[in-house]
Amino acid sequence: MCLAVPAKIVELQGTAATISVEGALREVDVSLIEEPRLGDFVLVHAGFAIHKWDQSEVDEWETIRRGLEVAAGGGGG
Amino acid sequence: MMVVVQRIGELAQRVGRDVNLMEVCGTHTMAAFRSGLRQLLPSTVHLISGPGCPVCVTDTNYIDAAIALCRRADVIVATFGDLMRVPGSESSLENERAAGAEVRVVYSPTDAVTLAQENSAKKIVFLGVGFETTAPTVAASIVSASKAGLQNFFVLAAHKTMPHAMEALLDDQQVKIDGFICPGHVTVITGAAMYRFICEKYRIPCVVGGFEPFDMLKATEMLLAQIADGRADVEVEYSRSVNDRGNVAAQKLMAEVFEECDAGWRGIGNIPRSGLTIRMKYAAFDAVPALGVRFEPARPHPGCRCGDVLRGVITPLECKLFGKACTPTDPFGPCMVSSEGTCAAYFKYGKRQAAA
Repeated sequence: MCLAVPAKIVELQGTAATISVEGALREVDVSLIEEPRLGDFVLVHAGFAIHKWDQSEVDEWETIRRGLEVAAGGGGG
Repeated sequence: MMVVVQRIGELAQRVGRDVNLMEVCGTHTMAAFRSGLRQLLPSTVHLISGPGCPVCVTDTNYIDAAIALCRRADVIVATFGDLMRVPGSESSLENERAAGAEVRVVYSPTDAVTLAQENSAKKIVFLGVGFETTAPTVAASIVSASKAGLQNFFVLAAHKTMPHAMEALLDDQQVKIDGFICPGHVTVITGAAMYRFICEKYRIPCVVGGFEPFDMLKATEMLLAQIADGRADVEVEYSRSVNDRGNVAAQKLMAEVFEECDAGWRGIGNIPRSGLTIRMKYAAFDAVPALGVRFEPARPHPGCRCGDVLRGVITPLECKLFGKACTPTDPFGPCMVSSEGTCAAYFKYGKRQAAA
């Protein structure tokens, strides 16, 4: 239940944002994070952004995921 | 990744005895099974699941109260989907919906506020279940309903908090815990400093882990390194999301709406200071006083050992009902119902992997 997915802010109006999770769009509330900006990567839980990643943190996540794909032979779900 | 696995093997040899590492997050439970992580660990390193699934630890009498509410003609119950199939004493929300009750599955508590705005003739009751990750989002919905002057939005709150539940497991001493993989997204909100008392009082190392298989292996390595060195510190593996102080805005919102209370955990019992109740200031949005909700004694489910599973005392394989009277399509206990439940994970990902 504490699942939170990384998503990119693609539209922003006040505390309402549209996020994209691998192309799927959804409205979320960004009032719980500091200075949300277009293009930010955020962790989203139950319709709220609860944390913002800086670029180095996004890079770390992508490296970890790529590492998994290599280890799993590119498969897995 | 194999480098980490190799280091885990070396550290396990240095430790030289069996160790139990407990995760207390349903998302960790699922991530570990999905990735086959247990099969990569040495035979002396046991990854056990604690009470990390909020749906699984929600008391039967809470489900009964939610069912009683949804049977009222003037009420629409709004809930996260996970709760739908959890058995109460005699029924479930899913059964009630099939029988005609108005039960709506929502993705966010704010969807329930919108439902209240669109259905002014009905009372909308949101089922506030979840740990510290979820509680701020429910607090936000109450504040927004208050600001909008809504008089038909209510929350039946049963939020639970982690630190004192972890402490209760250590006090219980039925299962020996050598280290905690602390819940990543709970700690995004609370900050990692929350676990320091566990290290100081119980000398148990705590590592906050992320949810990719690499994160969990790395957290395992960090715990083993602490055990090998005889240290008990709070460390953060999931540093891309977790810091010491957490999300202060979310903490403030939570403290504005909720206060600490004792809470009943399904299968475990009462744990002091492990729950959140709605403050008097927001009593108008608290379904308990506002709608006269009563919690009746629940009917026990004979033979169900979810309580022992939730405390890590047994694995689901040791429950006589597992896979026979209790399956995901016909669940008996909550750990088989929730997609994040330990029994559901054991059932889905097979006994061979679970026993590894």
